[in-house]
Amino acid sequence: MLRIQFRDYEALRAHGEETYPHECCGVLLGRASDGTNAVHQIVRAGNTRTDSAHNRYQISPVELIRIQRQARTASLDIVGFYHSHPDHPAQWSSTDIAEAHWLGCSYIITRIAGRPEGQGKADVTNSFLLLGTSEEDKHFAGEALEILIDEPSAPLPTEVL
Amino acid sequence: MTIHIPTPLRAYTEGNESVSIIAGTVKDALASLVEAYPGLRGNLFGTDGKLRSFVNVYLNEEDIRYLNLKEDSPVSPSDELTIIPSIAGGCLSADRKLDLSSQLSAKSFIAKRRQLA
Repeated sequence: MLRIQFRDYEALRAHGEETYPHECCGVLLGRASDGTNAVHQIVRAGNTRTDSAHNRYQISPVELIRIQRQARTASLDIVGFYHSHPDHPAQWSSTDIAEAHWLGCSYIITRIAGRPEGQGKADVTNSFLLLGTSEEDKHFAGEALEILIDEPSAPLPTEVL
Repeated sequence: MTIHIPTPLRAYTEGNESVSIIAGTVKDALASLVEAYPGLRGNLFGTDGKLRSFVNVYLNEEDIRYLNLKEDSPVSPSDELTIIPSIAGGCLSADRKLDLSSQLSAKSFIAKRRQLA
């Protein structure tokens, strides 16, 4: 299961809307225990696949190292990643599984649906846990998303797509 | 020197985020690491003994692939080696190519039927 604050959940979806029609990407920092990846912070990352940003993403290793240091300073770990699928389902692709190497981490995917005016709107968001013990037996499994709302009185969106 | 271990590989280092190794070169450091934690070997190295393509190793701020001496680069006790698997993906899918070929097959099929009609 992936546990995430509502504000972080909304922030990563908003990131996908901002970069539409290109894919966005970022890192989930938190702690893993008892089969749950609990997100404490999300960190936006740049998509280095500028040659094909509408259907590919990649985070620079240098940026990943910087984010890993940031996590270490805050006594957190990298527990997952997020990216968007512009005008494609919020399901992992064969590219996603081929290039996923962080076993035990969560991979959040948000479908961003194009609007006639050219903007993108965050649609379905799913999370997949990368299971297995090696490159040879790795596989994605859909996982439950638990979204925490800090302030019960906070207004909820009237429309959740 | 200190070797930083990424989250997915800590299962093989008894949960340790970093490991202290005494070594003279990057290659020695990695060899000592997998000797101490044999479970790491298959995750770091391929059957040819080379680092897997998706495994990035940085000596302080430098990718070892771009160092003059690469894995033979000397290291000092104050150096840090960071192992960081790549992160990439995207909605471009081999499945889409299959879908496309299926569509083409269907079009060919329809064209053939029209020819026969």
